[in-house]
Amino acid sequence: MYTLDKDMSLTGQPPATINTVQKIATIIGMAGLSILILATFNVNFPNKTLWLTLALSGITLGIIGFAYGAYSNRQEGIKNDGVWFKSISARGFLAWAAGIALTGFYIVLYFYAPLLGLNAEGDNTGVIGLFDPLSYLLSGNPASQWFVYGTLYTIAILAFGIKFLWKYRHNRYQRLRTFSVMFFQTAFAFLIPELMARLNSDDFSLPYTDLKNMWPLNYYAFDQWRVNDYLDAGTIGLALLLFAIVSVFVISPILTYKYGKRWYCSWVCGCGGLAETAGDPFRHLSDKSQVAWKIERWVVHSVLVFAVVMTTGVVYTYLGYDPNQYWLTKDVFLIGVGVFLTVLFAVIWFFRKDQLQKDARYGAIGYLVIILALIGMHYATGNNLFIFEAGGIRTFYGFLIGSIFSGVIGTGFYPIFGNRVWCRFGCPMAAILGLQQRLFSKFRITTNGGQCISCGNCSAYCEMGIDVRAYAQKGENIVRASCVGCGICSAVCPRGVLKLENGDLNGRIDSRSVLLGNDVNLMDYVNQKS
Amino acid sequence: MSHIVIIGNGISGVTCARHIRKFSDHQITIISAETDYFFSRTALMYIYMGHMKYGHTKPYEDNFWSKNRIDLKRAYVERVDTGDKTLYFQNGQSLKYDKLVLAVGSKPNKFDWPGQDLNGVQGLVSKQDLDLLEKNAPNKEVCPRAVIVGGGLIGIEMAEMLRSRDIQVTFLVREKNFWDGVLPKGEAEMLNRHILSHHIDLRLHTNLKEIKGDASGNVEAVVIEETGEEIPCKVVGLTAGVRPNIDFLQDSGIETARGILVNRHLETNVPDVYAIGDCAEQREAIGNRRPVEAVWYTGRMMGEALAQTLVGNPTEYNPGHWFNSAKFLDIEYQTYGWVFSERHCPPYEQHFHWKHEDDTKCITIAYHKDTEKFLGINTFGIRMKQEVFDTWLTEERDVHYVVSHLKQANFDPEFFSNHEAAIQNAFKQQFQTA
Repeated sequence: MYTLDKDMSLTGQPPATINTVQKIATIIGMAGLSILILATFNVNFPNKTLWLTLALSGITLGIIGFAYGAYSNRQEGIKNDGVWFKSISARGFLAWAAGIALTGFYIVLYFYAPLLGLNAEGDNTGVIGLFDPLSYLLSGNPASQWFVYGTLYTIAILAFGIKFLWKYRHNRYQRLRTFSVMFFQTAFAFLIPELMARLNSDDFSLPYTDLKNMWPLNYYAFDQWRVNDYLDAGTIGLALLLFAIVSVFVISPILTYKYGKRWYCSWVCGCGGLAETAGDPFRHLSDKSQVAWKIERWVVHSVLVFAVVMTTGVVYTYLGYDPNQYWLTKDVFLIGVGVFLTVLFAVIWFFRKDQLQKDARYGAIGYLVIILALIGMHYATGNNLFIFEAGGIRTFYGFLIGSIFSGVIGTGFYPIFGNRVWCRFGCPMAAILGLQQRLFSKFRITTNGGQCISCGNCSAYCEMGIDVRAYAQKGENIVRASCVGCGICSAVCPRGVLKLENGDLNGRIDSRSVLLGNDVNLMDYVNQKS
Repeated sequence: MSHIVIIGNGISGVTCARHIRKFSDHQITIISAETDYFFSRTALMYIYMGHMKYGHTKPYEDNFWSKNRIDLKRAYVERVDTGDKTLYFQNGQSLKYDKLVLAVGSKPNKFDWPGQDLNGVQGLVSKQDLDLLEKNAPNKEVCPRAVIVGGGLIGIEMAEMLRSRDIQVTFLVREKNFWDGVLPKGEAEMLNRHILSHHIDLRLHTNLKEIKGDASGNVEAVVIEETGEEIPCKVVGLTAGVRPNIDFLQDSGIETARGILVNRHLETNVPDVYAIGDCAEQREAIGNRRPVEAVWYTGRMMGEALAQTLVGNPTEYNPGHWFNSAKFLDIEYQTYGWVFSERHCPPYEQHFHWKHEDDTKCITIAYHKDTEKFLGINTFGIRMKQEVFDTWLTEERDVHYVVSHLKQANFDPEFFSNHEAAIQNAFKQQFQTA
C-alpha cells in the first residue's frame, strides 16, 4: 500500500430527495391507502363502489407513478445506485416501519379477521365491507378477508410488476418473466377462482381452486372436505382432483427437468410473483453466509418431511378399511406411500449418491427411517397413525407453516430478511423442485471462462442467498437446489460472466470449461481433484 | 515445510496463497497495510455508488483464512532485507521469511502537475482512496463539481461513481477519443457519445496544465493547457494509469525497472524472492502482452502459476490467449485475442467493424490481411463466450469461419435479440466491396 490506513467511517450520501413526479405519486398512493385504513377503523363510506375504486386506483397509480419518476429519466441498464444508503432498502427506519406494519397486517388477517369487519352474522363492515361491491361483481358473493387480501396481493404484483418492468426494461428475460407472474396471479390466482364460484349452485359446488397452486405449497390440496367437494362435483371435479395429483407427480417433474424450478418459482408461483415484484427492492438483504445455507437446507427439507407426514396422516384418516367399497383403503395407501418413498430414495441413492453432501445423505437416510418407522409402528401397535392425531398435526402445520412462516415471517419481514425468506427456508414445494433441480435437471447457470472479477454483485443481489461469486470466480457452473432462476445475478454482472441455460446433462456440475486463462497443462493440474 | 510470506492481499497474493495451501502444508503469511481481509478491488466503485457494502466485496468469509491456516498480518512493510531474509515493519516489528512473494500492486500515476498534492486530488486504486473520496465528495453540496484527468478504465468508473451522487463531472482526455490508445476508432467514438449521454462533460484532446488551491491547501480549480480555461472543482481524480508500487524496495537489492523484474518463473534476481501481479515486470514481454500487466486476470493467473513453483512443481507463467473485460457506464466490453487501436495497429492487421443502430452495441473483429486468420474480437453490449474464442484462436480459424459461426459464441441471456444475421450481412458487404 502506498498509503497507510486511516480509520474513516463510510456514510454514503446519495441525492436523497425524491423528484416532483415521485412526490405527487406518493400523495396519490397514500390517499388511496388512507381510504382503506379509514375503512378498517369503520369509517362508513356512503358510496362503496366509488370509494373502493378511488382507493385501489390511488394505490395502483401511486406505485406506478413513483416508478415512473424513478426510472423514466434514467438510461436503460442496472442502476442500483444508493440501494445501501436508502432507509427503506438498507434496513433503516422506513424498513422497520414497513416490516412491522406488514407483519401486523398479516397477524390481523390470519387470526383476527373480525377486526377487519368480517361478521359471522349479517353484512360485512369495515374494510371487508368496502370490498363487497367488487366481490359481488366477480363471484356474486360477499367479500371475505381472503378476497381483500387476494385483491391487494394482485394489485401489488401488477403495480410493482410495472415498476420492475421499467427497472429492467433492457432485459428481455426479466420482462417476460414478470409478464408471466403478473398474468398467472391475475388470471389463475385471482379472477378464475372467483368466476368459477359463479358456476356454483345448490347441487353443484367446486372448491375455490387456484390451478397453479400445487401440493405441498397448497398443503390442504388433499384435505377431506376438498376431496369430497371434488368428488361431488362430477366429472369436472374429478378432473380437477386428477390434475392436482398429476401436476405434482408428472407435470412438474417434466418441466423441472427441462427448465429447472424457475418455470414455477419465478415464472408462475404467486409467492414468487410477490417476491419478484413488490419484494424486488429487498432482494439484496438475504443472508449469504454458509451458516445460513446450512440452516436453510435443514429447515426447508424438514418442512417438506413435515408436509409429507401431515398429508399422509390426513388422507389416511378419511380412507376406509373395506376394499369392496373403494380400492384405495388405508392399508393400500400407507403401504403405497412407504413403497413410493423407498423407491424414490433408492433411485436418488443409486444415480446421484455422489452428488449429495455428507449431511444431505445423513438427513435423507434419517428422514426415510423416521417415516418408515412411523408407518411400521402403526402396524405394530394399531394406534393412531404417527403417534399423533392427524387432525392435530394438520392444524399445527396450518398455523405454523401456512400462516406464521409463509405470511407473517415470509412476507412481513421482506424489508428485514429479504424477499425470499419463505421460498428459501420454508416452502416444501421449493424443496421438492429444488431436489429435482439439483439432481435431475438440465438447468444450470454457466460461468464464462475466467472473466469473473469477484466483485460480488451477483452474490449481493441473489435473493436466495446463494454465494454465486464463490462458483463464478472458480469458473464453475452454479447448480444449486435453491436457485429460483430469477436471472438477476446475470443481469447485475458487470462483466457478463453468468448465463442461465438449459443444456446438456454432461459436465453440468463438473464443468470442464474451467478456462481461467493459463496454459492448459497448468489448468489440468490445478483442477485435479485433490 | 517453509514459511512463505506474501506482501499484498490483492487477487495475485491471495490466489497464490490459496493455491499453495491447496497443494501443500507450508506456513503462509499474507501481509497487507490496506485491509484486514482480501476484497475485490474491481468492486470499489460499487461501494461508493451504494450497490454494495464493503463487506460484500470480500470473496471469502472472515473465518476462511484461519480454517485454511493462512495467517493474515496487518502491517506496513518499510524495508526488505534479503540478506537475512527479514521484513521490517513501520511499527518496529520484523518478520523472517523463507520465501517472499511480492504482490504489492499499483499506485496512480502522477506526472508532476503543479498542485497535484493538494487536498482533494486523489487516485482510485486502494480502499484508502475510496474512503478519501467518500470524505472529499460525500455529496453534491460539499463537492458540486469534480474533474477527472485521464481517459481510461479507472477514469470512466470514477466519473460514473460521482454521477451517481449527482456531482458535475468534467472528464479530461488527452487523446482524440476516449481510450483510443487501446480501442479502434469506431468503438472509442461510440463511447464518447455514450459518456456525453450520461451528462459527463467530456473534453477530448485536452491536457491538464495545473491544479490550483486555496490558502488552506484545498483544491479550487484546474487549468486547461490548450485554452487556459479555469474549471472550479473540489475534487480532482488522477486516473492517468497506474505504476508499480515499489518504492520500499529501493535498497533491497531486488532489481527493478518500471516494476520488479522477473523471469518467466516469476523469480526476481534475488533467490527465494518472487513478484506477481501489477508490480511484476517481465524481462521479456510475452507475445503481444506488455511487460507490466496491471490486469485483474493476469494477476490471478500469475498467482496460480507461482503457487505451483512454490509447492515443488516448477511452472512458468504461461498465459493463454489474451482476454479482458470492462464496463463503460451501461455498456459491457469484452475482448478476446488482440484487436489493436489505429495507433498500435501492426501493418498486417485489418478490422471488420459492425455497430448496431442503437449506438450501444458494436463489435470489431481483427484478422490478418493476407491469410485472413482471425486475430481477435472486441465486443460491446453483446456478451460472448471466452471458451469459444479461445478454441478458435488455438485452432487458428479464419475470419470467415468466425463470422459464420458467431452464434456459437453468444452468451447473452435467454430471449435477448441476436445480431448475428446483421453482422454477417455487414461482413459480406464489406468483403464484396473490399
